Parts: sequence; structure tokens; C-alpha cells
Amino acid sequence: MSDLSGLRRGQSYYEATARSRISGLLDSNSFQELLGPADRLTSPHLEPLGQPCSFNDGIIIGSGKLHGLSVLIASQEGGFMGGAVGEVHGAKLTGLLERAVNEKPAAVLLLLESGGVRLHEANAGLIAISEVIRALLSTRAAGIPVVGLIGGANGCFGGMGIVARCCDTLIINEEGRLGLSGPDVIETTMGVEEFDSNDRALVWRTVGGKHRYLLGEVQHLVEDDIEAFRATAINIIDEVQSPCLEPLERSSELQKLTLESLQQEHLDLSRRLENYGHCQDGTEIWSEMCIDDPEKLPLMDIPRFFKAVENNI
Amino acid sequence: MEHLEFEFKGSGNRQVDRQATLVGVVSSGNLEVMLENVDLHGLCRINVSTSAQGFTEIWQAVLNDFAARYDLADLQISINDGGATPAVVCLRLDQAMEEYLEALT
Amino acid sequence: MATRKWHTQAENRRARLLRAAEVCEGKIVPCERMTALIEKVLEPGDRVCLEGNNQKQADFLARCLAQVDPQRVYDLHMVQSVIALPSHIELFERGIANKVDFSYSGPMGTRMAQLVADDKIKIGAIHTYLELFGRYFIDLPPKVSLIVAHSADSQGNLYTGPNTEDTPTIVEATAFKSGIVIAQVNQIVEDLPRVDIPADWVDFVTEAPTPHLLEPLFTRDPAQISEIQILMAMMVIKGIYAEYDVNRLNHGVGFNTAAIELLLPTYADSLGLKGKICRNWMLNPHPTLIPAIEAGFVESVYSPGSELGMEDYVRARPDVFFNGSDGSQRTNRAFSHAAGHYACDLFIGSSLQMDLQGNSSTVTLDRITGFGGAPNLGADARGRRHASPAWLKAGREAQSGLTTTPRGRKLVVQIMETYREHMQPAFVERLDAWEMMEKTGMELPPIMVYGDDISHVVTEEGIANLLLCRTDEERNEAIRGVAGYTPLGLGRSHSVVENLRDRGIIRRPEDLGVDRRMATRDLLAARSVKELVHWSGGLYQPPKRFRNW
Repeated sequence: MSDLSGLRRGQSYYEATARSRISGLLDSNSFQELLGPADRLTSPHLEPLGQPCSFNDGIIIGSGKLHGLSVLIASQEGGFMGGAVGEVHGAKLTGLLERAVNEKPAAVLLLLESGGVRLHEANAGLIAISEVIRALLSTRAAGIPVVGLIGGANGCFGGMGIVARCCDTLIINEEGRLGLSGPDVIETTMGVEEFDSNDRALVWRTVGGKHRYLLGEVQHLVEDDIEAFRATAINIIDEVQSPCLEPLERSSELQKLTLESLQQEHLDLSRRLENYGHCQDGTEIWSEMCIDDPEKLPLMDIPRFFKAVENNI
Repeated sequence: MEHLEFEFKGSGNRQVDRQATLVGVVSSGNLEVMLENVDLHGLCRINVSTSAQGFTEIWQAVLNDFAARYDLADLQISINDGGATPAVVCLRLDQAMEEYLEALT
Repeated sequence: MATRKWHTQAENRRARLLRAAEVCEGKIVPCERMTALIEKVLEPGDRVCLEGNNQKQADFLARCLAQVDPQRVYDLHMVQSVIALPSHIELFERGIANKVDFSYSGPMGTRMAQLVADDKIKIGAIHTYLELFGRYFIDLPPKVSLIVAHSADSQGNLYTGPNTEDTPTIVEATAFKSGIVIAQVNQIVEDLPRVDIPADWVDFVTEAPTPHLLEPLFTRDPAQISEIQILMAMMVIKGIYAEYDVNRLNHGVGFNTAAIELLLPTYADSLGLKGKICRNWMLNPHPTLIPAIEAGFVESVYSPGSELGMEDYVRARPDVFFNGSDGSQRTNRAFSHAAGHYACDLFIGSSLQMDLQGNSSTVTLDRITGFGGAPNLGADARGRRHASPAWLKAGREAQSGLTTTPRGRKLVVQIMETYREHMQPAFVERLDAWEMMEKTGMELPPIMVYGDDISHVVTEEGIANLLLCRTDEERNEAIRGVAGYTPLGLGRSHSVVENLRDRGIIRRPEDLGVDRRMATRDLLAARSVKELVHWSGGLYQPPKRFRNW
């Protein structure tokens, strides 16, 4: 008989709501919400389309403490319209990032769960995404690290996929997904022969947490446990806070935002295309990476996964 | 979208100066419920915005039972509903009240 | 007196085999000759059994049959468990067949209704599985059966693997009544792991170009179980399983019953019920049962069919499942449903609609879905003669004062939220089944479980114990009393319902000592398919559509 490990488990990040993720992540009772539900800052676009609105417009923002340090935090609610970004939603996120430049918190935590732009608010949503990106880069330029956390049921796609990759560093669980076009979109535009979005194992081999980690697009892979996300976020910020480093050279793991680093990034990407461009499936890429038994990776738990890939990344 | 308003007369104690309580998420078959203390001259007012049209009588029946269960006054309850079943509505209302009452003690 | 001929059926069989010899030699037939062979063997008006349940399907043979020349083969009378594939529908659209006796047509329910409307199909009757199997031996023996197995040897012995399902029943009814049995297999091998069907019951075997279809029909992703379902599952465990000492049981398939399975290692264990309830099961190997098995609740499971992805897990738990000498599971739908009817004390399942009499149905206006096995399991076994605590207690409760002969009663439980999604009420004045009957000219409304067989109705409002009701009016009020805010529920009399509550006929969660606040997804032993895999020690291999990692 196997043990009852199924019962000994932390609070699932994947299952949690945006609000419970915040309360599980931050020091207890430290969260102060900005523009909370009672302010009724709702979308003006949904009602005319016969869509229910939400008092938070699908995103909760505010400040709090992480391991005693002040942070700003935003959390997208995947349950509300798939976490899609509308005008108000985007403005809340932009405002939070702009506030960070003034307040200088130890970090900004972005709990990302979004299918991208809210189609009901197409242009406003698109503009909002670009404003978020601009604000995010300004925050980083001001020396404030922006940490992205991904691990909800809706993944992180579209414009928010771009936002995620603009962060200093990303934490993901294996259930998490990160990409530009979502699986359904790829299937619809390219055909089911190109990508079968119902083949969920294939979807995860392509955009899932483990694959994104192996490709180096995500720096931290954790168990689906809010406590694991919290511990990793604390480690990142502790390292960044280390007083002996200059702001822009604080950590080897944070991507520096310089022309050189961007050129290096482009070089890495073209190398990746060269190395793996012919591959049809995640497993082929892992095989090219000289990982033994690549087909076994998806079913491994996180500790066994790290053991299996430790020599290859 | 349909907007419904219900009012109930209650004798519960009026509470002031506390933050709004919010439970639930607006999604298909689900709803969010927000509770706020407002001076309503002893009334409890419930505003419902719902994507499911034509269920006023059922809302009335569900909320009658709810109001009878808790006997509330000076409470504004605001609901954004994505077509939740009465079972889910009752569950969220009870959860909201539980959180609300917990914060009072 | 004229001499009667007593061997006409055998002669007819010989004639068919002679015609078959024109297109193939011997028992093993190349797959490209299969349509020609079927055309030779069949005669117009034949009764043909096409194997396929809601799990495995003789899909290649179904396609071959659908391709025969309708000038030569027509007016077939199909007898089959399930109408599930487009090729099944094509048989009627092309005029190859015009009549059917069956059990279930879930995925093709809408097209079935269309065929009826177009007068292209005549439905003999819609059956429960065991009932249809019974008729194969009485008035519906198949002349030709097209069956499916995992593999064959060169003699034509068949290995069915974990999904034996209906095969032995169909072959028995055909081979021993001068019929012809044609099998498709995934592969022909030297040695079979075990023999499930002996070669001399089989006339022709072909290696199909692709492995047969197998649906993971009994897999429910715990991620989709709602808090309401968890609340209802808590009530069932505390208010029915514990109170009646339910140990021998069958669960329908669905999220309501999956929730019960996933609460055994947590909630039921916390009530000290391990070893006291849910020991012996008639059930497909539900992945959601893995935690209860691992936690030591489950002693045995006998299955009508297996479940995709569960093969290795079942193989590794031979004390629990019925496995062959080769180690793999052996299933049998006919025996399972006999077991479910006579040897189980409880059946619990869900349906889409229930009326005031407690009749329930999964029929909606534009779909002919059929019954599957539920009516056989969800019915009191009037022929049962052995006693058990659960059966006797239910019998005592059902007995009104006049009868003095002691007799037991099966527990037949319906569990449903009062409204389905999109605000469809589960409790209705009149079942859609009646309108379906009128529209299609059936002799009976297609009712899944009859109200007089139901012992308990469970909704989010509580449990109605219909055994304790003494009059029709009481039964009606008991059902209204748990029908929530549906029109039936709103028509209740509060004083009558409170009276029924005092008598224990209606029990609310608070009456049962069930704490609503505990009804969260944290109470599930597994909240995701991944956690089921962990419980199984990596033995359960979920189909790819159920993975999110």
C-alpha cells in the first residue's frame, strides 16, 4: 500500500482564488487592498454586452509584507473571464507598478493568470497591456525587482505572456502554462494536425511549467503549494536585498535590463531555434538536451524531476 | 443583464466602520457577494446583477429564507451573478455571513 | 404426419459458410476482405449483433458493415448494447438496417431521435443491459455477431484483456444457436496470455488496421467536483452508508458519486467508518476509488468492464480485483449486473429529471439516450432471498403495519442538485420522457428508475427517506421537501415538511450532524487527477485528455 501522501498536502496554488493566493503568500493579515470591491471600480464595457461585471474587475491589487519586507502585489482572478485584461483591470495593474516607482518596495509580486486581452474591450485592453509593459519596465529601471508567479488553471497567455517575460524572474508550478497564443488559438488558426489542443499532455509538454523551466524561460519550478511559491519568492527577494550589491548587479539570476542583455537574449533565442527548430514535441527537445528517458519527465513529481534533469540545465 | 433589488426589514444590530466583506468569484454558475454596513434605517437591501434573466421569483424565495435566517439590518448586500444555481447562491450567502460575523467577534 | 426437419438452422449456417469460402480461406481473414465476407455471410432481414458498449467498440467491423451493398444486405435487425459510433447511424441512413433493440445511445442520442423522426429506424425496445442479454437467449438470438477482442492466436482463440465486457454473452448466444461469430482483434499472436473465448465458438478473425476504440467512460476529474456535491456526499456517508451499514454496493458514474468515493479516506475515516462501510463493490475501476482502496476501505471490486489507464493499477492489486492467471483483469458485464441486482444492498446514481412520484429519467426532448445498466441496478431485487443488515433495516422501514412477513428491501438512492447548470430544474411536474413516448409512439415512457423502487432522494437540502412514507401524499411532500427552489419545491407546505422532519423522513444537514462549513474541496482525498496518480504510487496512467501536467 502506498502511503497517504495524497492527504498530506499544502494549499494548492492552482485551485486557490486570486484573494486566497494573496493571503497565503504574504505575511498573515499584512495585506492592504487598494481600490477594493467597495470602490466598485468595474468595467463600463461589459454591461452593454450582457456580461456580468466584478467589483474588482478581475484583479486585486495592494501592499503587504513578505517575510517582513514591504512589497506591492497584484493578483489576477482566472475565474472571472479567464483573468482577461480589460481597461480597468489593466489600469489597476499599471497604477500599481507606477506606485512602486514612488514607494520603492522591496519587490513587486505579480500573480499572473490570464488568457490575455479581454476581447469585449479589445482596443482598450490592447492599450492597457502596452501600458502595463511600459510601467513594468520603468519599475525595473528604478531598481525594483518584479517577480512573476504563474500557476493557475487559465495559464498566462497573450499579452500577459509578454508581460510575464518582461519580469525579472518567474516562478511556476508544473500545472502552470506560459505562452503567447493559447492552445485553442493555435489549433483554430493552424489546424488540429499542427496542434491538438484537446491532447492535454501535449499542451503541457509545449507550454507547461516543466518545459518552460527546461527552456530557461522560467527560473523557478515549484510544487503546487502556495507555501512553496512563498518560500521561493522570499529567497529571491532576500538575495536581491543583499546590501553588498549595486542595484543593477544585485543578482546573477535577475535579468539585467541593458542593451547587452537584450542582444544576448536575441542570440540565445536564435540559437534555440537552430537547435530545436526541427522538433515536433517537447520530448524531442528534452531528448536533444540529452535528458535520459525524456518521455518520463511529465509524470515525475518535482523532486524526481530535478534529479532527472540536474545535469542537463 | 437583469438588475433586481430586494429589501427586508430586520432587527439585527447595526455595525459601523468596518471593511466590506467579499466572497466568491463571478464566473459561469458562480457569483460574488459583497456585504457592507450602510445606514439604511433598519433595512437590509440586496442588489442582484445577474446574467440569467427571468428568475426574479426564485431570487425572492431564496432571499426571503436568507433574510429570515439572519434577521439583518443596515446591511447592503451586492451580488454579481453568473447564473449560479440556488444551491450555490445559498452557500455563498452563508459563507459571506460567516466571514462577516466572524469579523465582528 | 409429415416429417419435420429439425436441422434447418445448422443447414442455413453451412450455406452461409460455403458462401464465405468464396472470399476467404480458413478462419483468419485479411482485413481488406472483411466487407466482402460480411456481405456473403449476411442475408436480408438477419438479426445482427454488433458488439460495442460504452467502453470498447467493434469499430472496424461496424465500418465494414456500414460499407456493404444495401441492394444485397438490407432490413437488418440490429441488436446491440450501445449505439455510439457514426457508423452505427449510417447503417440506418443507408437502409442496411431498419430495426434496433438496444440499451444506450448517449453520444448518438440526438441523431437517433432524428432517425426516428425520418422513419428510418424502428426501435423494438430500449432495455437495461441484463434484460437485452436475456433476450439474446429467448427471442432475439443473433444470426451473426460482430465482436471485438484484444488478440487472437492462429486457431482463433481470443484474449479480451481487461475489457471482456459483453463478449462472452454475445458469443454464447450466437455460437450455440447456429449463428456465425466474426471477431476483430488488435493483433494475432503466437501465444495468448490467457483464453477468454475458445476458438471453436469463433468462425472468423481479422486483425483490424487500427486498435479498437476504448472510451475512458468512468474517469471523473476530481478538479470538477463542486462544494455542493461534497456536501451531498457527506450526507450520504453519514445519513445512509453509516446508518444502514452499507457494505455491498454499486455507484453510478458521475461527479456526485465520485465525490463520495473521494470522501471515504477523509470524512468517512474521521467518522470511524473504515471497515464498517463500503467493503464490497460492483463497479468499473473508477480512478476516484483509488484513494479509498489505498486507505483500506475497499476489500473487493468486481467490474463490468475495465477503465483505460487503470490496467497496471488493477494488475498490482489482485487481492481487490478479479484478475486472470496472466495477471490482467477479467470483467463481465452480464455477471456484474446480476451481481449488482442481487448481491448489492445499495445503488446510488443521478439522473436529469425527477417527478413528484420519484420517477427519474435522463431523457430530454431531442435525445433518445437509453438506459445502460442503471434500471437493473436501481431496482429492488424482488427475487432476492438472502439477508444482510442493510437490506433488513430498509425492509423494516418500508413495511407498513399490515404485513407481517419479514422481507428486506434494496436501498436505491438518487442524488442530484435541485437545479442543474443553466438553471434547469431537476424536479419537474412532468418528465420529458412522457412527451418522448408520445412523439415516438413508444408503449412506455422511458423512465430510468421508477419511483416505487427509490428509497432515498438526496439533494443539497437534505435526504428524503421514502421508505418511511406511508401514503402517496407523504411521498409527494417528502420529495417537495428536498426539491429546493424548483417549482415542485416552492409548492411545499412548510408545516407538513416540518412534520416530516420531526419523523425523520426529511433530514437536513443539521439534523444529520453534517457541518456545511466542512464541505470544501479540501475534504477530497484527491483534488486532481495528478493526486490520484500519486495515491496509486504512479500505477494509474491517466489518458492524455485528463492530464494537466
